[in-house]
Order: sequence, then structure tokens, then C-alpha cells
Amino acid sequence: MLTFMTFFPLIGVALILLLKPFNRESDELIKRIATGTSIVTFILSLVVLGMYNRADPGLQLVGRAVWIDVLNIQYYMAVDGLSILMVLLTTLISMLATAGSWTGIEHQVKQYFVFMLLLEAGMLGVFLAQDLFLFYIFWEFTLVPMYFLIGIWGGARRVYASIKFFLYTMAGSLLMLLAILYMGLSNDTFAVPELVAGRSAFAAAQNWLFLGFAIAFAIKVPLFPFHSWLPDAHTEAPTAGSIILAGVLLKMGTYGFMRFNLPLFPEASVTFAPTIAVLAIIGIIYGAIVSFAQTDVKRLVAYSSVSHLGFVMLGIFSLNNLGLQGAILQGVNHGLSTGALFYLVGVIYEKRHTREMSDFGGIWRAMPIFSALTLIITLSSMGLPGLNGFVGEFTILMGSMGSEALGPYPWIYTAFATSGVILAAIYLLWMFQRVFMGPLDNPENQALRDVNWGQLAIILSFLVFIVWIGIAPSGYFALMDETVAALVRSIGSAVVAMP
Amino acid sequence: MNPQSLLPSVPEFLAILPEISLVILIVAVLAYDRILKPAERRRVGLLAAWGSIVILLITVGLWVLFREPEPNRSLVESLMWGGMIRNDLITLIFRVMFLVAVAIVSLISLDVPALQRGEYFALLLSATIGFSLMAAGSDMIMLFLAIETASISLYILTGFLTDDRRSTEAGIKYFVYGAFASAIMLYGLSLVYGITAQTNIYVIASLVAQSGAIPPEINGLFLLATVMIVAGFGFKISAVPFHFWTPDAYEGAPAPVTAFVSTASKAAGFAVTIRVFAAGALGAPNFDSEWWAMLVAITIVTMTLGNILAIFQSNIKRMLAYSSIAQAGYTLIGLVALTPDGSGAAMFYLLMYVFTNVAAFGVVVLVSRETGSDDMQDFYGLSRRAPYLALAMLFALLSLGGIPPTAGFIGKFFIFKAAVDAGLWWLALIGVLNAFIGLYYYLSVVKYMYLYRSDDEEERIPVSRAASVALALSVLGIIYLGIAAGPAFEWTRQAGAAFFPFSG
Repeated sequence: MLTFMTFFPLIGVALILLLKPFNRESDELIKRIATGTSIVTFILSLVVLGMYNRADPGLQLVGRAVWIDVLNIQYYMAVDGLSILMVLLTTLISMLATAGSWTGIEHQVKQYFVFMLLLEAGMLGVFLAQDLFLFYIFWEFTLVPMYFLIGIWGGARRVYASIKFFLYTMAGSLLMLLAILYMGLSNDTFAVPELVAGRSAFAAAQNWLFLGFAIAFAIKVPLFPFHSWLPDAHTEAPTAGSIILAGVLLKMGTYGFMRFNLPLFPEASVTFAPTIAVLAIIGIIYGAIVSFAQTDVKRLVAYSSVSHLGFVMLGIFSLNNLGLQGAILQGVNHGLSTGALFYLVGVIYEKRHTREMSDFGGIWRAMPIFSALTLIITLSSMGLPGLNGFVGEFTILMGSMGSEALGPYPWIYTAFATSGVILAAIYLLWMFQRVFMGPLDNPENQALRDVNWGQLAIILSFLVFIVWIGIAPSGYFALMDETVAALVRSIGSAVVAMP
Repeated sequence: MNPQSLLPSVPEFLAILPEISLVILIVAVLAYDRILKPAERRRVGLLAAWGSIVILLITVGLWVLFREPEPNRSLVESLMWGGMIRNDLITLIFRVMFLVAVAIVSLISLDVPALQRGEYFALLLSATIGFSLMAAGSDMIMLFLAIETASISLYILTGFLTDDRRSTEAGIKYFVYGAFASAIMLYGLSLVYGITAQTNIYVIASLVAQSGAIPPEINGLFLLATVMIVAGFGFKISAVPFHFWTPDAYEGAPAPVTAFVSTASKAAGFAVTIRVFAAGALGAPNFDSEWWAMLVAITIVTMTLGNILAIFQSNIKRMLAYSSIAQAGYTLIGLVALTPDGSGAAMFYLLMYVFTNVAAFGVVVLVSRETGSDDMQDFYGLSRRAPYLALAMLFALLSLGGIPPTAGFIGKFFIFKAAVDAGLWWLALIGVLNAFIGLYYYLSVVKYMYLYRSDDEEERIPVSRAASVALALSVLGIIYLGIAAGPAFEWTRQAGAAFFPFSG
């Protein structure tokens, strides 16, 4: 089932590529096939959700086969509480991003949608692979389509941004590859559950191995000071590219920390927790402050990601139930809110071909529906109670407050992180005010038409989940409860055994 | 073997059946060339290509149907023709590489009008015989003769375009450097013969392994011989500091010849190098040997220098030349790991490199024939001019850069794994850092093809059917070895064990 879902987008790719021999190639048809494929993939992920048993903390729906016998490399896919939400997020965001590119893409339509579908398959593979070798292949594979999405359909500095994105990520990945090799050799397997069970074999080197993985993931998240690729990539990417980058690709980093770093190197995780938490908080505050200085709306949203992902990292390295659950949920929240913000920026960019805040002002009068929806999404990104952002951030702050891993005074971390929430409120409201409020004095803005039905449908899809998580998050927490609790227990028992 | 009998035994005959078939093919090609009208010249190349595919099928067929070469034969049993050659899995796998390379190179040569001559294809095939015997040779005399057979053919091929000054210059340069390297190597080989009074490398190895076989006072001489032999081998695999001919020869030679030199010739060089060193003919294969330290230093310098210099190239053939130097460095990691797994990984790497580099040069042949130069700028906007060529090049570059799901990634994975396995994690680390540098310049070409625009976007690049078959085969090879590497790696790993007859 998982395999079928992961590789389902490739069926769409094959269909699109087969159109040419039948002389039925048209942009319209390609868009329909791509969107249809991503919708079916989303439905398949709902089927997976239906088959998922939330009371079971272990890996479920396992698909396992020998791949390269000599090295004991396996094809091993499974889902658990850490990944189920990520899978749903991936299919949802991919679906909305694919549908959202209906109007924005004008040239090389075929290649564009092929890359989108390849990317979706790669991302699903990352979240489901339970064999390190398989995971690495999917992890690297996502780079290629994203590189082209930024490089071909991006903004003015797209070439620079795409290369920077590729090389930054690759630099981290290669060190991870060495760590994978080392562990694979010491245990003669690459399957994660077996490695976790046999982690004593590489416990002596775990600080180095932790770093090998952590740098790869920290670049992806991005954790301060590894973030400098992000503003360029996000700003230059086409709208759908930004949505997927923010919505899913960054989560691959935080997911990696939870899936690999914590269970494989628990002692090292505790050792490094304060350092990473400090970097996370620097990221929260630095991201917020830099956001103030931006004049380009998209760049502002990009920097706000650095700030938001800082919360997620803080939650993970609180190393307790609340922190981890908050981190997973906040990952989803950030995907929805920031994804939606990028989409909104894309909508207005298509109309006006500028993203400079000074070119706007008083948009509310011209586009009331669009503006009202933007306000709700901005508020969710700020963490207003009743919307999704609040739930995630609040849980993370609670988690960090009660964290034993962060030393005797964890409330100091919480205090600094909370200031990030306030800063976020300031820069987001300021942005909102400059773009949507005030007099509608620019004649070009006066001619703006409000959103059409298609765009409204996409924005509303984001909003449904934003409000749903905000009001009734317990169903989402229930999906991960057992797995997170088991993970925290295993870290706890490993740490107690520490000398 | 029975010295009284004049006729060779069946295994002895089978051991050189591929070479015999190649000789027959050469004769056929030359004769066919005579009877063809000038307008039908293309058919010579097709004969060479199809002929080598048939020989490939014979070679593989012998293995699949008759288990020939028999992998369980002892060392003594597998030595044929008075110990001149050894017919083992190593020989088989390398023959497959050479025959694949010569078939695909013949196909891509069809699109270069100046190369449509019988001599050209005959020389490609005679070089292949040389390579085959290099891979099989287990005697210093055989090795030297095989190396010369291959080299002399390649010198002529490199300078084949007689009205192109760069080609003739490249041919002369390659020849002068090559002759010099051969002479030094021959001197080294003769010193080894002088010390041991033996020419068979396995006999030498067992002699060297006995304590006191080499008196301490001539240890220095033995080391000198080793250095000279390393120089000769280093030339063949274009390892730094014996690489100076590489960029010039690669740039000047006709692009199909460059594809051939960079894959088959390099693989043959590695076959000899790994066989001689792993057998222990120049000292036991362990981390205490002087030659080991020497090879490790060469490995590191080769990777690093090749990658760094490749960054600054503006000519695609020169860039691929430096890239091939760097790739030789990665392959050497497999050798210096000194394990059957390591040598197996090196063989796998060479196998995937044949497909990858032939694909890359195949695209270069087609693009430069259309644009008339080898400048990187020719690749601007290639994805619009020729989407399928760009796609083939993309796969080749991703494979060279080691990005999954291509064969290059798996190749590097096996190599680095072998290094870590042997305790050389620091060497793997240097390799990984180098792979990162390499990515930069491979990615630049991808950038030119897909992200840049050019003024000639409307001009399509025509692709003949032969070339598309050749490129499709290479790309399929890249993808197949990338996704289902298991059987091929199992095969090379099994062969890798044959490199080490004296340990384990």
C-alpha cells in the first residue's frame, strides 16, 4: 500500500510522457493529468490513514524485501506516528501546489509537472523509508526535481539560488552518507529498527555520527547558522516550489532528527540538546529580526520560516512528550500556514508582477475576500489562539519549560522563545498593514480583481485545516501519541544508563 | 597442459576465444571496407558494432552456458598458455566492459564522417584485443605486449584526423608521453626479472612473499623497480602525476576515441594495476608495503587535483578529461582498500563508468558535430534544442556526480563502503569531500543545458538512429546499474576475490 502510494505519482509521469506518441499532447491535458494524479495520491494517503492503527507505537503497514543482498540492503517502507502526519501533509501540499500552478506556469509545462510529480514521489519515500540506504536515495533524489523547479521556472536570480540550494544540501548529505556507511558496517544492516536495537555497536562513535546526521538535517531545516540558502531558494522558486519547500522539504530535516538522531544516538542527543536549543532560539529571534528588514513580501515569509522552524527544533530537543508532539504538529502547521502565505503571495504576484511592499497598500478595498483570508492565515502564522499556530507553539513552549534535557533552568529558553512569538506578531501585522490597509492610491492596484473560484478553493482548503487544528487538535495528537511516548521512553532509559 | 601436444586443450582454446573472434572481426572489417562503395562506408562501422556485440554475446554465453571461465578453478588451473594469461572472472568482467565500450563507441563514431574508414574500426578492435589481453595477462611479458598493442592502436586513433592540427598534435603528444612511460615501465619490469629471475606475476608474488627471497641490500632496487612500474601503470590510468597527457589527448582526439580512451583504456589499465598489486608481485598486499603508501598518496592527489582543475575548464572535453582523472582517483580507493570487496567495488565502478562516460561523450560527439567546437557554450539551452540529448547528458552527469538513482551513486557507495570497511574512513572522507567538489562542475553543465538560453534554440540537433541506440543503451545501463545493482555487484565481488589468490 505504501509502495503503491509512493510510486503512484510516477504513473502520472508515465502518462504525461506517453501523450506525445499519441499526438494528444496539450498543456491543458497535462495539467489535468498532474492534478488528477496528485488528488488520487492524496486519497491514497487517506486510505493509509484509515489503515493506520494509532494505538500501535511501532512501524505499521510494513513492506519489506531484499534489495542488494550482499550488503544486506533492504527495500523497507513503513509508517508510524512520526511519519503519518508528514505523509498526509506531503500529499495535501503537493495536491494544492500542483493545482495552484495551473495558471502560473506558461512555458515548458510538461517538464514542470513531471518534476512536480517526481518530487512528490521522492518526498513520500523520504518519510516512509526505514532502511538508511533507501532513505538516502530518496533524500538525494528530491534535490534533482527541486533544483530544476527553482532553476527553470524561478525568479530573476534563479540560477544562483538553485545551485546554492543544491550544493548546500549536498554538502550536508555527503557527511551523512559516511555516517550511514559506518553504522551499516558496524551492524551489518541498514534497517533503522535493527540499528536502534543494536546501537551499542556504534555507541562509542555516536557523537560524530550524531553530527554527521545533524549537519545534513540542520541544513535542510534550516537551523541557524546553516540557513543562508533558504531565503534565496524560497524567494526565487516559483510559487508551487516555495509552497513545497516550506511545506514539506524543510520538514524532512526536522523529521530526520526525530527518526534518526534521537533513537539512534540518544546519549549524544542529550549531550547536544542545549547547544541545538540555543541555535534554535538564535534562529527564532534572528529570523524574526531579519524579517523586519525585508521589503519583499516573499522574502519576509521566507525569513519567517527560519524563525518558525526554530520553534520546531526547540520542541524536538526538549526531548519530552510535549515538546516532540508540539514539534510534529508545528511542522504541519508551518507547512499549512507558510504554504498558504506563499500561495497568497503567488496569487498577487501573478496579478501585479511585483512583491515590493511599497507597491501595495489598501488592497483590502480592491480585493476584500482575498484580504480577509490573508488576515486569517497571517494570524495563524502569528500563533493566535483558536488557529493552528497557537496550538503548536504553545505545546512546544510547555515542553521546553518542563524539559530536563535543557539543564536546570529550562524556563530561560522558554522566555527567549516566547519573545519570538511577540516579534512574529509585530512583523506580520506590519506587513499586513503595509500591503492591505491604508489608502488605495496606486492606480495599478485599483484595477485588481478579487480571487477567482479556483484560487478560493485552494485557499479554503488550507484554511479548513488551519482552523480544524486550531479548534480540535486532539485528533492529530492522538495519531502520534503512542510513537512519541515510546521514543521518549527509549531516550529516557538510554540516558539513565549513561555513566 | 601437455607440452607434447601441439594442439591446445579445450579450456585453453576457450580462454582466448574472444580474442580470436576479434581478430576474425578485424579481418572481416578490413575486407568489407575494400568491397564497399564510398557511399556505403557507414556499413563498416555497423559491422564493427554488431560484430562486437556478437562477440560480447559469445563471451557472456560461454559464462552463462558453460561456466567458462570456471570460477572455482584453482590458481594453477586457471593459468593458461604456459602461464601467459589467466582466464578467471576478472578477465571475463573486463572483457564485457571492453566489448560494451567498443560496440557503443563504434555506433557513436558513425556520426563523424571523417572516421568512416575500415582502418579506424580495425584499430578500435585491435586496441580491444590489447585491452582484453591486458586484463587476462598474468605474465610480465604478456602484459607488456598487450599494453603496447593497445597503446599503439590508441596513438594512431588519437591522431586519426590528419587534417586537424589538434588531433595530430594530440596523437604525437600521447605517443611521446606513452613511449616514455612504456620505456620506464619496461625498465622496471626488467629489474624485477633481474631480481627474481621470473616473469609470471604469481610466481614472482610467491617468491617475494618468502622471507629472505629478496636480500636486504637490493631492497632499494626492488623499490626503484616498483616506482617505475607505478609510473607506467599510472600513465595508463591517468593518475596524477602521470596525467599530463590526458587533457591534451582528450581534447585533440576525435570525441569517440576520447570516449574509448577514457573508459576501456582506463579500465584495462586498472585491470593490470589491480592484478599486479593485489597479487603481491611487488610486495605483500598489506598496509605496511611501501607501494601501498605510494598508491594512497597518488589516490588522494589524483582525486583532488582532477576535481579542482576540472572546475576551471571551459572546453567540455578538457573538463571531462580532468573529471576522468578524478574518477580514476575514486577507483583507486577500491584498490588501496586491499580487500576483495574493494577490488570488486573498483570493478563495478569501472563498469558503470563505461556506460556513463560513453554516454557523456556520445552527446559531446553529436553536439560538437553540429556546432563545430567543443566549447561549453555549445551546451547553452541544449534542453530546448535537443531534449533527449540533454536528458542523456543529464543522466551521465548525475552518474558522474554520484546522485541517486544513477549507477554512479551506487558505485561510489560501494567504493566508500569498502574503504570504511578496511578501516580507511579518512580516505573515504577525502573521497566524499571530493565528490562534493565534483558535483559543482557537473552541475554547471546541467545548468548550461537546462537553465541557460542560447540564440540557436530553434536549430534542432539531428540524432541518427545509430547514435540514439548507443545513447539509449548507455542510459539504460546507467539506470539499471543504479536501481538493480545487486547481481552486478555480486559478480564483481566474486571476481574481486580472484585478485587475491594468496590471502585467505
